[in-house]
Amino acid sequence: MTHLRRAGYANAVVAVPVTVPYVRHSIRGAHWFIARALRDLLEGSGLDKADIDGLCLSSFTLAPDTAVGLTQHLGLSLRWLDHIPMGGAAAIVSLRRALRAVESGDAAIVACVGADTNHVDTFRATLGNFSQFARDAVYPYGSGGPNASFAFLTAYYMRAFGARREDFGKLCISQRENALRYPHALFRKPLAMEEYLNARLIAEPLRLFDCVMPCAGAEAFLVMSRARAQDLGLPFARVLATSERHNSFPEDPIQTRGGWALDREELFAQAGVSHQDIDFLQTYDDYPVISAMQIEDLGFCGKGEAPEFIREHSLTIDGTFPMNTSGGQLSVGQAGAAGGYLGMTEAIRQVTGTAQSTTVPDARIGLVSGFGMINYDRGLCCGAAILAEPSA
Amino acid sequence: MTEPGRRKRKNPILRTRVPLLPPSGRSRVALGLTAAAALGRFELQVCGDCGTVQYPPREACHRCLSLALTWQPQSGAGELISETVLHHSHDVYFRDHLPWHLGMVRLDAGPTVIAHLLPASGAAPCRVRIVARLDKAGQAALVAVPDAHNISERAPDMANDTHMRELICDPRQRKVLVSDGKSPVGQALAKALVSAGAEIVWVGCAEPWKRPPGLDELNRLDSVTLVPLDVTSSDSVKSLGAELGAKVDILVNTAEVHRPYGIAARYGVEAARSEMDVNYLGLLRLAQEFGPVMRSRGADGQSSATAWVNILSVYALSNFPTHGTYSASKAAAYSLAQCLRAEMQPAGVRVMNVFPGPIDDEWNQELPPPKLTAQALARAVVKGLQEGVEDLFPGEVAQEWLARWRENPKVLERELAMSR
Repeated sequence: MTHLRRAGYANAVVAVPVTVPYVRHSIRGAHWFIARALRDLLEGSGLDKADIDGLCLSSFTLAPDTAVGLTQHLGLSLRWLDHIPMGGAAAIVSLRRALRAVESGDAAIVACVGADTNHVDTFRATLGNFSQFARDAVYPYGSGGPNASFAFLTAYYMRAFGARREDFGKLCISQRENALRYPHALFRKPLAMEEYLNARLIAEPLRLFDCVMPCAGAEAFLVMSRARAQDLGLPFARVLATSERHNSFPEDPIQTRGGWALDREELFAQAGVSHQDIDFLQTYDDYPVISAMQIEDLGFCGKGEAPEFIREHSLTIDGTFPMNTSGGQLSVGQAGAAGGYLGMTEAIRQVTGTAQSTTVPDARIGLVSGFGMINYDRGLCCGAAILAEPSA
Repeated sequence: MTEPGRRKRKNPILRTRVPLLPPSGRSRVALGLTAAAALGRFELQVCGDCGTVQYPPREACHRCLSLALTWQPQSGAGELISETVLHHSHDVYFRDHLPWHLGMVRLDAGPTVIAHLLPASGAAPCRVRIVARLDKAGQAALVAVPDAHNISERAPDMANDTHMRELICDPRQRKVLVSDGKSPVGQALAKALVSAGAEIVWVGCAEPWKRPPGLDELNRLDSVTLVPLDVTSSDSVKSLGAELGAKVDILVNTAEVHRPYGIAARYGVEAARSEMDVNYLGLLRLAQEFGPVMRSRGADGQSSATAWVNILSVYALSNFPTHGTYSASKAAAYSLAQCLRAEMQPAGVRVMNVFPGPIDDEWNQELPPPKLTAQALARAVVKGLQEGVEDLFPGEVAQEWLARWRENPKVLERELAMSR
């Protein structure tokens, strides 16, 4: 059997990153945030509503609707529709689906949208019925939600690899510094190490600033052909490579690695770049430990070496390893499925030169990774994408 | 941690806490865990084709997709690989009990489980054992306990932990009503409850003027108080309920009438009516007078109302024709106890049904051994409370009947018909 090499993305590109400003709580429905994101996409691209013939949607708070109901709710007539309920991996998986749809001609312009509302009780209501395993085997045990799940992973990781609280603190503080330059971040004050270390305990060893804050908001972008983007005069990014992996390493007793470890070689080979070529990294960062795992599993250092890597690098926009340049979810907020889009829209801005206040100097190639869906004891979805400026 | 052993007097100014329950939603497959925990057992799904042990419960084997899954007893041995202490919870029940300890345990049998953690288990990594208990919502809850534990030591340790005490019904420092102290079973239970540390044991007696043997001796125990109670009299039950209802933490219904024979060997319905009046209607009367007020005290501090025990009979499962009318009355009581359980559940008050085989008393004189002594039954009930089980089958005969009944109730019916 011949080994089939995955086709690249020669024709389809990504453009028009939009962010619907996050708010802690909203009385609007998810539909409102999706509509606002679509309006911003039209405004940003100069397209008519009728030009959008494909939609790839991710939202946790659309129930009882799905993407189908949304087409009528918002008056969209589409010939290509997908619904990606993959949380933190949603943007990358949506990007992959949309690129193929455009490459194959199944759709001309696909709007990829991650959007969620957050009423005062939304987050709690979501937890108990997040999955069958969550309802049967996690939520009845203290009802700590993802804080408890990541507390287990963090405690284990710290013990196994000698990570210190200060290492995770540096991640959080660096991202907060980045967030101070990002207009949509919900956290607007600098974070000091002492404040981080002594914050209120949430689920040991996690304290307040280790935990992402749920909020409402939306992120979106368009996928279309390079020719169409050029016609419209839009700055666009090329996608050099992508990967996705679900339920990787099921035999591991506890999660210390994700699917990136299986796919990174193929990812970089397909992109034709090396780690030295990566100008910035956007990780999925609802808790710092998972950022550490992504640094390792994407190959920027060996397993267990992220703490040392974090100590050796400066992670701010101007640093030696710019990471989560908009502040990440830990400082911007976690707008449900839009949280999985945060790094993607920021990466598109970086390589299209539209990042403005958070611009990484001379950034040409960036890596975005996603992680989502704590179904039981671990996150199941992992994804990654390497984006580049048109000429890179 | 406050010491549960010392019962503080209740502050009458403060509002009595409303009983809250941990999240009780479960999928149907997950109820298999609860069904085993109700008997005090820890069972997991095992694949009939490839032997994989899996958790959380699933509809198919995650390794080979076989649908041939059965629930099999587990040793629970494993390693505590990670732990956390929650200082925040999204659920109001747990908010009342923070901080809350949790552990992640890799079972030697394969799967990783998330469990309540007895803090005395040690720090990860260390060897622990997983046991299955029922939580306040009546659903299975896995608990990581120290590895060195044997069964007899386990209960006291859980009783010393304020959180784990929520999972069991330890009689220590609790106030108990035994509905009838005339029978050897009632007397043995009262003594066993005193030995287990009950603060007060009220013992009911319908006709004290008859001076039933053993009652005087019982009355000499410091923590025992005899009270008038005739479960065949609505007035008597109502009167005692008004006096004691708001104080009883555990009610043990021992009142019963037992007359041998089935239908043809006896003329008329008087014996059967008497059995029904005590065994079935007696339970109903008690439940009506004591049930509602116990339900309101499901979260009344360290020693809230916690359990209701019915001494039924293994004959409740399937009629034993030589004790036919008695079996019928116990079957009726069993059915009513299921109703009571459903009604007590919102308050987290556990209804424990006890299904002994023949007890070594005057009414089982003609039955061959093994027979259960009243003392052995009492010990089993106290242990059942300490472990928080819901259905108890004490003794070899009861265990054997249970196994036969679970395997095939129709076969058991035929066997019992032929044993006449």
